[in-house]
Amino acid sequence: MPGRIAVSNRTAAEWQTATLTEIRRETPQAATFRLAVPQWAGHLPGQHLMLRLTAPDGYTAQRHYSIASAPDDSGNIELTLDHVPDGEVSGWFHTTARPGDTVEVRGPLSGFFAWPGDRPALLIGAGSGVVPLMSMVRHHRLRGLTVPLRLLVSARGPEELIYAAELGAETTPVFTRRAPQGVPVGRLAAAHVAPLLADQPAHGWEAYVCGSNAFAEHASRLLVAAGQPVERIRIERFG
Amino acid sequence: MNVTRGFTGRPRVHNPGLPPGQYDAGDDWPVLSAEVTPDLAPADWSFRVDGLVERPHTWDWDAAHTLPASAYDGDIHCVTGWSKFGVRFGGVSLDAFLSVARPHVSATHVVAYSHSGYTTNLPLADVTDGRAWIVWEYGGKPLPSEHGGPARLIVPHLYFWKSAKWIAGLTLLDHDEPGFWERNGYHERGNPWEEQRYSGD
Ligand SMILES: Cc1cc2nc3c(=O)[nH]c(=O)nc-3n(C[C@H](O)[C@H](O)[C@H](O)COP(=O)(O)OP(=O)(O)OC[C@H]3O[C@@H](n4cnc5c(N)ncnc54)[C@H](O)[C@@H]3O)c2cc1C
Repeated sequence: MPGRIAVSNRTAAEWQTATLTEIRRETPQAATFRLAVPQWAGHLPGQHLMLRLTAPDGYTAQRHYSIASAPDDSGNIELTLDHVPDGEVSGWFHTTARPGDTVEVRGPLSGFFAWPGDRPALLIGAGSGVVPLMSMVRHHRLRGLTVPLRLLVSARGPEELIYAAELGAETTPVFTRRAPQGVPVGRLAAAHVAPLLADQPAHGWEAYVCGSNAFAEHASRLLVAAGQPVERIRIERFG
Repeated sequence: MNVTRGFTGRPRVHNPGLPPGQYDAGDDWPVLSAEVTPDLAPADWSFRVDGLVERPHTWDWDAAHTLPASAYDGDIHCVTGWSKFGVRFGGVSLDAFLSVARPHVSATHVVAYSHSGYTTNLPLADVTDGRAWIVWEYGGKPLPSEHGGPARLIVPHLYFWKSAKWIAGLTLLDHDEPGFWERNGYHERGNPWEEQRYSGD
């Protein structure tokens, strides 16, 4: 399996208070939550954190969320959450949370899925699986990196495509249910992956796949079938 | 305590089988590997015990199946927060393999490695005396490949990342050597009852 990127384990052990400063709607189901975390140690694009909510009786709920924002030194990070029906944590964020509220976070966690911006990256995501990949795209832009980067992102329809307004020439959207006029409807297929592997950079791609387990299985099998070496495929499964 | 305004959480009943910070996944069995699911046929599977042992030994699928059958009936706990109750895995106790290979007295730790290159470290005491299994059945059926089939390690009293999928072997050592997730910030031991999730817990 692929190698890793060293991460600091020190800060990951500590819970920090994060203050919600801004909520931005992305799609009918997803919104971005901007958090001020003054002691944030920084992260690499692709990393996630652990988030904890506490009820008055001491009950806590913890979930993992990928970091959507590019690393910067502002002490702010952004998360993008899908509203899961009856979801305990995403439900609180989508129905109750407002600027000024505090939650707790620890992280960043796992250097495995991280992309420091060093090697050509082929990113494939579905639904909210685009979140850690967007951190990579934003990092690429913010730093003016020239290393090749491509994003294939699957959504049910254009209105469910998270970050639609921000996606650029590096991105090919794949619509599984509804598409704009003239754009085919159908799930991610060999035909989407083949041109990217036919047109690879000199030493090949590092592939990053993120989404539900079913999507991750499907996309990673397509990559392997198209010739991408298994040890250069990293997978983040949201469950 | 840092109470979250307006958060009450789900209605809940106290479940003494649930370690702190975990929830009951019910019938779900989330898949959490970071790699491509390998296509590994039973005929291509083997399991080796080496390192600080008297007799390093490799078993193929048929040879492993001649060892006395042993099952684990109980619960499993994943570091990402879910627990699964009353699962049944069928296979062979790791003790049966170790009794053939015969660990040296100097052996204190093991590194378990998979056919895909994944590694995880464990104290030897955590995988002996009926505490670990090599299993190929889940609920009486062949273990699905995305859950580590044809065969995986099961160390149910520790978080499940220690239970290496697609197990290929164990190397016995006289020192501890962090594995894949342990080098990526996870705890060295991973006891769910002490919430040993990340390094520093
Ligand atoms: C590494 C990683 C990164 C992730 N990044 C993102 C991201 O960027 N954006 C995003 O939207 N999501 C992300 N997720 C998914 C996220 O962690 C949550 O699973 C999701 O938000 C649902 O949580 P919830 O509390 O809203 O729903 P839950 O209440 O957790 O319900 C969702 C499912 O959890 C199970 N469940 C049942 N009972 C309980 C219970 N009592 N407590 C908890 N769960 C129960 C059920 O299967 C249920 O359908 C990520 C997951 C991982 C592992």
